[in-house]
Formats: sequence, structure tokens, C-alpha cells
Amino acid sequence: MEFVIVSLLNGVSYGLLLFMLSSGLTLIFSMMGVLNFAHASFYMLGAYFAYALSGIVGFWVALLVAPVLVGAAGALFEKTCLRKVHKFGHVPELLITFGLSYVVLELVQLVWGRSAVSFPPPEVLRGPAFTLIHTAEDTMVFAWGRAPAELCAQAACTPFPATRAFMMVVAVAMLVALWLLITRTRIGLVIQAALTHPQMAEALGHNVPRVFMLVFGIGTGLAGLAGVIGGSTFVTEPAMAAALGAIVFAVVVIGGLGSLPGAFLASLLIGIVQTFAVSMDHSVGSLLASVGVPIGEGWARRDFMRLTLSQVAPVLPYLFLVLILIFRPKGLLGTRDH
Amino acid sequence: MTTTAYYTFKPYNVGRWIIWTLFALVLLLAPQLFSSNLAISMLSQMGIAIIACLAYNMLFGQGGMLSFGHAVYSGLGSYFAIHTLLKVAQGELVLPVSLIPLVGGLAGLFFAVLFGYVTTRKAGTAFAMITLGVGELVFALSLMFSDFFGGEAGITADRVVGEPFLGITFAPTVQVYYLIAVYTYVCVAAMYAFTRTPLGRILNAVRDNPERVEFIGYNTQIVRYLAFMLSGFFAGIAGGLGAILFEIVTAEVVSPLRSGAYLLFTFLGGATFFFGPIIGGVLMVLALVFLSELTKAWLLYLGLVFMFMVMYAPGGLASLIMMNLRVAAFGRLRELWVSYLALGVTGLVALLGAGALIEMVYHLQLNAAIGSTVEYLGVRLDSSRAESWFGAVFVMVTGAALFELARRHFGVHWDEIQADIEKEIKRREMIA
Repeated sequence: MEFVIVSLLNGVSYGLLLFMLSSGLTLIFSMMGVLNFAHASFYMLGAYFAYALSGIVGFWVALLVAPVLVGAAGALFEKTCLRKVHKFGHVPELLITFGLSYVVLELVQLVWGRSAVSFPPPEVLRGPAFTLIHTAEDTMVFAWGRAPAELCAQAACTPFPATRAFMMVVAVAMLVALWLLITRTRIGLVIQAALTHPQMAEALGHNVPRVFMLVFGIGTGLAGLAGVIGGSTFVTEPAMAAALGAIVFAVVVIGGLGSLPGAFLASLLIGIVQTFAVSMDHSVGSLLASVGVPIGEGWARRDFMRLTLSQVAPVLPYLFLVLILIFRPKGLLGTRDH
Repeated sequence: MTTTAYYTFKPYNVGRWIIWTLFALVLLLAPQLFSSNLAISMLSQMGIAIIACLAYNMLFGQGGMLSFGHAVYSGLGSYFAIHTLLKVAQGELVLPVSLIPLVGGLAGLFFAVLFGYVTTRKAGTAFAMITLGVGELVFALSLMFSDFFGGEAGITADRVVGEPFLGITFAPTVQVYYLIAVYTYVCVAAMYAFTRTPLGRILNAVRDNPERVEFIGYNTQIVRYLAFMLSGFFAGIAGGLGAILFEIVTAEVVSPLRSGAYLLFTFLGGATFFFGPIIGGVLMVLALVFLSELTKAWLLYLGLVFMFMVMYAPGGLASLIMMNLRVAAFGRLRELWVSYLALGVTGLVALLGAGALIEMVYHLQLNAAIGSTVEYLGVRLDSSRAESWFGAVFVMVTGAALFELARRHFGVHWDEIQADIEKEIKRREMIA
């Protein structure tokens, strides 16, 4: 029971992290038609900027400043590079962000080296947020923070890390802020207008290219924010962009390209499924054995029979992607059939 | 056979005969000119890269399909080829080594039929994302199933198996080179012929205006699917040749990095012309062998060059060549050589400065322990002293500023010449 609850929460927090990335990606895509291949590179930049800043001004200031810096870098890239190729069509736009992902990766390795850097979360977030205690009488007790050691000596304790809880809080806060910005402010209304009717918005005197730059800046800034949290929770290394990038692209296609609710649903789905899969070590072989199907000695040693669910976990998002495309080509909540 | 009532005349396309004969001669004579072991190995790799890039360009340049996972087909081709080679060595299968690349091709075709059914349902951005997903899927699976993919160590085989045919054992690299050269020539010719077929033509139409193609009664999805299969077949042949050349296949051949390299170099060579990917393939091997030897930061340079190309020359090197050929055909190239010289020299200066900076940063990052001096183009730079940093920045800024000046001047001149040429073309049309 505790396993299910904690795994579910872990999965939701991972899914929300994915959504911080996929929301920016979807926002940029539905507005400009550009799928930003370098989105995960901005995520990585966020982590490294925060790592560099936290040594000088501390984690909490870095949490605020690093996403702003990343957003500024994104806006600058839009203004100097992306805008130039806009007239050539969507493929060159995708290509230039592809080129950027190489350059950012190399620059990060140039400045911070090829191995992982130590970017721990602040003192407050290092312990567990709460602990579920499965007592000897088969009841469940909930305790904030770390449970007393003598209690855990007698009962099974399942802690939930504070970094994960913090990740959820930030993601939800960001979601609400983004929603308020888009639906409740003047600039949000202009963004919505430019999203569907760019020519009309331009005719009414709004600077649509600047709105594009703003949207690109916000989207990459969100990726940067996700990077600060992801980098401190997991590990800050040059491979982090490639590891998450492909999953995020799978998420936006599964959810339906350009659909924000779809991206949300797909992020949570992938997050939860992957988290559960990682903690299960059942394989086809062990499943067959538990049902009572006899397997020959030669078969039992085959990879197919031996591979556990946790080993297969990394490919699950892509398997989902393929299945969705076969059975529902426009994605979970997609409206347009591209 | 119906006879026409009027006289028809079809001239021999002399230019085409000359070009294809020259291509055959180059393939034939290259190992005589560059006969060192390294050179022959590189020439062989170039042949393979040319097939792979041309196969990639069947999708990218001719079909407008941006694939991020084409290494799947060449890589699986490699794996099937090397397993066939092993089977031949064990005597379970009788097949001459020279036909093993075809096994790779068939494997590539098979997986293109399988995955292409899913990927080609979409075009444009969605297609790109799905190919990326399939690429990641296969790469992740390749690390899991070590029975077939050989895990970290990969699969090794010996290409000297079976009965020698006419004394050809494929033990010396030169013999492998000539096998690759024959395959390269045939594949290039076949892929060129494909562009002239009705399918090749309708593929171009699907790239340019899919909606109209639907209106005239073609199913764009099927056109994309057919092109995808053919592209997978040729990519598989390239993979099979790679397996024979290296005698080892590791998971690296299906990695997203390899897919990215196909895309990068096909684009740099030029996707809009048939011969562009040939330049791209040659560049790929040169970059992988020489550039990576020269500097550790080569991927940074490559990425920057790629971004500049996307912004300023989206047709790649091939389009630059063709544009200058057009200027030359109108006899105006002579006016431009001063500008080209200025551009070249200032660009080189800027590059020198930037290169010195990058190399010094890399040195500080990677091997500061062995001392502070960097060997850079025969000059010793001391990365611990401010002068070298200041000097590098100064050289770079001066070069960049002068380059920008030269570029503006050149831009104006170039536009003038292009306008003149347009006028001239209009005038000739009026006369005709």
C-alpha cells in the first residue's frame, strides 16, 4: 500500500517535471509551428546556470535568476537565428534548433567539463517530506518529515523525498501562473490572438514578432526552471539533455501536437508508468513460471524471457508512441491531424 | 510498336555520359593516387557514407521528410550482415561475401516496411518526432538484447570466409575498397535513376504540395511509404558494406548520434541537388577522421557551421557551387574574386582567433594538469597569461568586423549581379 502511494506520488512529480518541459514545447509549437529540438538543451542550461549561481548567491536566488537567464538566452536565439530562417519554412526552423542542441551541448562541456557536477538541493530539501509507517498492527501512520528511528526499527517506513514534493509544488505553481498569464492578462490575450490569427493581430497594431520572441523566451524559461529542479533532484551532467529530450518529444506527440491538456495527460501517464515500471522486477519468464508454465532451459536464458520490467522501462514511452500512432494517430487529445 | 508519322530526334546526353564515366574513373583510380592504408580505409568509408547520405536524401531532399532516426536502417543492416557473415563462417549458409551487403539491404528494407508503416502516416514535424522516437526505441532495445546486438563489445566476424572467387579473398583492404566502389557506383546510379521515375517525380510533388497531389488522385501516404522503403534498402546496403569493412558492429551504428550525422552532413553537402549528399558523405569521413583528430571541440565547430549554413545557405554546399556556376556561365565570376579573397582572408582571421579561444578554454577544462601551454597551429599559447587571451579576442574581433564589412560589400555586389542575370534571362526569353 505504502509502495503504491509513494510510487504514485513519485510518478506524479516526475510527470509534472515532464509537463514543465512539454508545456513550453507545446506553447512554442502551437504558436510558431516550430518544434524546438533544443528544448531539453535549455533544460540543461537551467541546471548548469543554477549550479554556477548557487555557489555565489545560494540556491533560492538561483532558482529565480537561472530561469530568467535561460529565457533571455532563448529570446536572444529567437531574435538572432530563428527569425532569420522563418521565411524558409518549418524544416529549416527545426534544423536550426537541431544545430543549437549540438552547440549548447558542446558549450556546456567546454565550460563545465564532461563529467557530472555536484549540485545538491539545499539543506531544507534533503530529508523526506513525510514518512508512511506501516506498523506491526497492520495500520498505516502518517508522519511529517523523518520518522523517529526507534519507530522505524519496529515497523516498515517509506519516506517520500522533500525534493519530489518541492518539484510538485513548483510545477503546480508554475501551471497556475502560466494559466493566469494567458487567460487573465492583457499580454496573454494578445498571445492568444496571435496564436490563432497572427495577421489580424498584426493589423491591429500588435508587434507579432515580438510576441513570438516573448513566447519563445517564456517557453525556454520554463524549461530552465524545470532544469534547476531536475538538476538538483537528479544529476547535473551533459547527458541530461539527451536523456530527457527524446522522452519529452514522445510526450508531446502522444498527447497530440499542440494540445496543452494532451501534453498534461501524456506527461502524467508517462511519469507514472515509468516510475512504476522501474520498481518492478518481473519478466516474461518469471510471469510464466508463476502461472505454472514450464520453460525449457534454453528458453529461460534468452534475453526476451530474462528482461525485467524495470530494465524495459526506458523504452516504454517510445512503445506508447508507436501504439498511439497506430490506434489514434492524432494523439490522446489532439484536434488537428497533421 | 507504333510508328509515329513524324520524325523525332533525341540527342545523346553527352554531358551525362561524361559525368558518369568520370565518376567511374575516380572510383577506379582513387586508390592508385592515395595508396596508404589509412587513405584506402577512408576511401572505403567515403563510399559507404555516400550511399548512406544519398539514401537519407531520398527522404530529406526529395521527399521533404526530415528523419532523425535513419541510422536504424543502416545499423540493422549492419547487424544482419555481420550475423550472416558469422553463419557463413560456421558453414550453416553458403553465400559469397560480395553478396552480403544485399542481405543488409534486405534487412533495411524489412525494417523500413515495418517501421515505415507507422512513421510515414505523418509528414512534416510529426514525422520528424516519430522517427526520433523509433530511433531511440531501437537504440534502447539494442542495449537490452545482448544476444543479437552483442552488448557493449558488439559483434565481431571475419570477412575472409568461403571459397575465394577469381582469387578475391577480401583479405586486403584494397579488395574491399573495390567491392565498395562497385556497390557505390551501382547504388548511386540506381538512386539517380529513381529520381527520374514517375514515383521519384511524384515524391518531389508530395514534398512541394501534398494537397494538390491528393487532388490529382495520389495517396501521399503510400508515396512516402514507398520512398521510405527504398531509402531503407539503400541505407541497409551501406550498413552491410560497413560490417564487411570494419568486421565489427557495435550499438553505435544504430545510435541517435549516427542518425544526427547523416542529417548534418546531408544538409551540409546540399539536399536540394542530387550530388549534394555525395559531397556530404565525403565531408563526413573527412570530419570524423581528420577534424576529430585535430581538435577535441570539433562538434562545436560542426554545430556552428551547420547553424550558419541553415541561416545563410539553406541549399548547402551544392547550392553554393551551382550558384557560382550560374554566375560563371554568364561570365560575371571574374568580378567577384576580390570579394571572395577578402571574405576568405577575413573569415580565416576571425576563425583563427575564435579557434585559439576555444582551444584554450578546452585546455583549461580537460588537461590543465599537464601545464598551461597549448599547441595551436604550431604556436605555443600560454593559457595562464592574459596576453594570449587578449590577443585571441583581439584577433577574433578584428577578423569578425572586417568580415562583416566584406560581407556587406559582397552582398550588394552579388545582388547586383543576380539582378543583371535575371534581366539577361528575361531578355533571352523575349528574343526566343
